[in-house]
Amino acid sequence: MTVKGLWVATRKGTFKVEKRAGRWQAALVGHAGTGVNYVARDPNTGRLWALLGHGHWGAKLSVSDDDGATWADNPAQIKFPEGARYIGQDMYEDSASDFGVGWRIVKRNATVQKLWVVGFGGDGAIWVGTIPGGLFVSRDGGGSFELNRPLWNHDSRGGDLFAGDGTGETKWFGTPASEGGEFAPGIHSICVDPRNPQRVLVAVSTAGVIETSDGGKTWRSRNKGMTMEHTPEPEAEWGHDTHVIELCASAPDHVWQQNHVGVFYSDNGAESWRKVSAPSEGVHFGFPVSADARDGRTAWVVPGRSDAQRMALDGGLFVARTNDGGATWRQLRKGLPQESAYDIVYRHALDNRDGLVAFGSTTGNLYLSEDRGDSWSAVSNNLPPIYAVRFA
Amino acid sequence: MPTSAPVVQVHLTRHLYAFFPQLEGRALDVEAADVAGVVRALEELAPGIGFYLCDERGRLRPHVNVFIGNAMVRDRRQLSDAVAAGDKVSILQALSGG
Repeated sequence: MTVKGLWVATRKGTFKVEKRAGRWQAALVGHAGTGVNYVARDPNTGRLWALLGHGHWGAKLSVSDDDGATWADNPAQIKFPEGARYIGQDMYEDSASDFGVGWRIVKRNATVQKLWVVGFGGDGAIWVGTIPGGLFVSRDGGGSFELNRPLWNHDSRGGDLFAGDGTGETKWFGTPASEGGEFAPGIHSICVDPRNPQRVLVAVSTAGVIETSDGGKTWRSRNKGMTMEHTPEPEAEWGHDTHVIELCASAPDHVWQQNHVGVFYSDNGAESWRKVSAPSEGVHFGFPVSADARDGRTAWVVPGRSDAQRMALDGGLFVARTNDGGATWRQLRKGLPQESAYDIVYRHALDNRDGLVAFGSTTGNLYLSEDRGDSWSAVSNNLPPIYAVRFA
Repeated sequence: MPTSAPVVQVHLTRHLYAFFPQLEGRALDVEAADVAGVVRALEELAPGIGFYLCDERGRLRPHVNVFIGNAMVRDRRQLSDAVAAGDKVSILQALSGG
């Protein structure tokens, strides 16, 4: 699909960015004042889907069939079914502990805290990932959504809590990237294989990458080669803090991952990963990665300074690009601020299409390149905090 | 025709009119025996509003408040607080945000 425009989801609404009279311009087109976590176009129908997080009124799916001119709540909303529970951890005061607090395992009833990502299959399926970590699918064009129970009940998260108490142990841990401080694992990445819509990769913060090859009936971990040096068991099957994954549309065995502990790349469909961070080039920590649609070995990242700071390195904002599967990285700084810039770019806020690359920061800066990142110009410096940037 | 439940007056925060404009400018006199009944009645007038006020388990959302007269409802889980004929039921949002 050729580029029609750029869609920007922000804390205060949905913006459409188009090139008019030779200049890219952003316009607020919907959801004024409402948090928008993600916006994307279903390539099967042309419908736009926005994932809203009303501060008071909960998470809502909003759709537009007229390219963003008007929006309406989708008649079917995402809801956890009765009996959906998950294992979480609660902190409590514990004077006997050196830290003054302890943790206890609890089983919580699930309600949607956040709609985080939507993905589309070539078979028309619409997949939505949530916090807590639910994967919902519609196979009737959005007329209804159903929780994928095999993944919800997966052994890695303690088994079937609809039926009983399961094993009592989960390998999925919380992420603070949620509204209201809800500390629960969430599904932020959904990659449907363009060759076979029965094959879907999802990624969870914090658990890792999970694959189905039978349309969601069974799931298995895809975390081989990922390492967590900060933990006692660096090569554990679960517990990986994948920040986002993207696959190459024309060569889907090439999958890119920005992780909490570095950048990883797979050229065998996530069967195994290898770390391709380049700390000397500042490429290590960050949230987004964008895979080129044509060349599986090309990808972009927007690095940040470690998890202790989570902002641009040394006050200079840059994008890094590799053309050789992560063997080498090149910093791209032309046109980006190199003094007193402390932006951070969220996991969905970098995208590329047909040579265009765009990213937006929580500081409200939106930058776009028309030459694959070699040079950049600011579309706006005054948008609300940016959560997602998608060409469509 | 005899009524099966008391009629109460519902007052909504203006914020909700942005999402349910069909409710703006009209008197919201509904039949209900309790707060849950008020929410059900509103849902009939404006499909979808129930999921704005309550989560999928039927509990009031954390930043939504309901008053019967001047008293905040006590049961936010089952919405069982009773309403009487002529009661004014106000549905507000907390002054939270950013």
